Amino acid sequence: MQADFFAKKRRNSLAFLLALAGVTLIAIVVTEYDVAKGFTSVPDAVAWALGNFYPTQESLVKLPGIIDKLVETLLVSIAATTVGAAAALLFAILGSNTTRVNAFFGSISRGIATVFRNIDVAAWAMILLFSFGQSSLTGYFALFFGSFGFLTRSFVETIDEASSGSVEALRATGAGYFSIIFHSVIPSSMPQMISWVLFMIETNIRSATLIGLLTGSGIGFTFNLYYKSLNYDVAALVVLVIVAAILCIEAVSNYVRRVIL
Amino acid sequence: MEANGQVTTAGQLVKQRPRRQIRVKTWNRSTVVTRATLLILAGLTVYAFFSFDYKEIDFVQAMLATFANLKSMFLEPHLQRFTFGHALYQVLVTLGLAFLTTLFGAVIAVFFGLLAAENLSSKWVSSVVKGVVAFIRAVPTVLWVLIFAVAAGLGSVAAVIGMTFHSVSYLVKAYSESFEELDKGVIEALKASGAGWWQIIFQAVLPSSLTYMISWTFLRFEINFAVAVAMGAAAGAGGIGFDMFMASNFYLDIREIGAITYFILAVAILLEITAAKLKKRLT
Repeated sequence: MQADFFAKKRRNSLAFLLALAGVTLIAIVVTEYDVAKGFTSVPDAVAWALGNFYPTQESLVKLPGIIDKLVETLLVSIAATTVGAAAALLFAILGSNTTRVNAFFGSISRGIATVFRNIDVAAWAMILLFSFGQSSLTGYFALFFGSFGFLTRSFVETIDEASSGSVEALRATGAGYFSIIFHSVIPSSMPQMISWVLFMIETNIRSATLIGLLTGSGIGFTFNLYYKSLNYDVAALVVLVIVAAILCIEAVSNYVRRVIL
Repeated sequence: MEANGQVTTAGQLVKQRPRRQIRVKTWNRSTVVTRATLLILAGLTVYAFFSFDYKEIDFVQAMLATFANLKSMFLEPHLQRFTFGHALYQVLVTLGLAFLTTLFGAVIAVFFGLLAAENLSSKWVSSVVKGVVAFIRAVPTVLWVLIFAVAAGLGSVAAVIGMTFHSVSYLVKAYSESFEELDKGVIEALKASGAGWWQIIFQAVLPSSLTYMISWTFLRFEINFAVAVAMGAAAGAGGIGFDMFMASNFYLDIREIGAITYFILAVAILLEITAAKLKKRLT
């Protein structure tokens, strides 16, 4: 009996590994991935990076301009996240199973959020590029749509987790819809929501770099400019500045999370 | 007289305590930080709107143009420069990139996740691994891909390796957190019975966190699909993202973008439904 159990377990893991290997093989063929090159290119890249990819004395001259672009990107990311969060809060309250007005509006608002979430910010950027051109607004709206979709899903989960019991209790005492929302739902899910918003800001700064590359604005464009003109020392400086900014924001948001959660 | 006096004192007492609202909110550190965070974010948002580089764009006109674009994108999509089969194949390429990245990332991340879990390695090793991982995570994926592209050339190799970096750092964090949740007593009991490090890992740690690991890995696969689309566009990694980039930046064909968006949307929603089903079956 026991031998049977282990034999079955072994068979199952073997089948799983075979399936995984099969899919891997298909993926390698389809993407034309060169396995040998994959292994050799890592040491190559490290050697190249150690030889060329670091900021030098001369590149520091460019620092003020880079910081300007970084601040612009940070502001775009933060503005997109907060406005997205406000819209997401409305849709989450309408979409959550505990606080929705009725099932019809609930599924509509969740459906809208699903569409916005599943179109990537890079895709939004390319769509918006048509009408907004190379201005900050392209990046802003792309990040806004992406944040809105993601935050709606997170907020719905937060509301369901944090307040289903208290909503039922308040409803039993005869409290009105709006007093339930403002006195119970929002206060009890606020800490978790702020945590999600801070997470979204971190993510958005990284996405903003990508959007900048695609649309020619912000810090992503600055990187691309020096990268394409083979000024690798300045490009390295741009990377370091981005990393420093993201680590700072992570530290601040970790502090806030520790205090409020 | 005495009774009268008592009445007056009672009346005074009532007068001395005017009706006040019960204070519901208390000021502690948590509320202060919450409000400060909200205020600072609101302030920065307002400041951001004033400082934007608008480049003399007529906002209303641009909004109207966007609505018109969205309408022709979603309501009149067409494929002009390639066939339906080609688009399907490109989606498969993007899925392949995402799969390879997730697989490599997961394998490497299991190992580093074990090193990063405080209860399985020393505190010193754990903080070094976590610090390196935090640094890797802070560099945007597209920059990793472009940095590798210098050595490996633009293409699937640079894309997969660059994206793997980010997947590893994400999964190490997720895995190590689920390893750390393991009950201390289990490890102690196994150690007391003379089990070695690898035996503890394979008999206790991995089996107990397997469900968490699977759902995190699948979530990362979902993310990697979106990232692979973006890398196709920004770093020439091929796949449906590259077609979208061409349609947007070279052919300026909004309807073709619409058709491609439908493909991406269909796959992404399919993955999301699969993930939800997987989560339900595992828990």
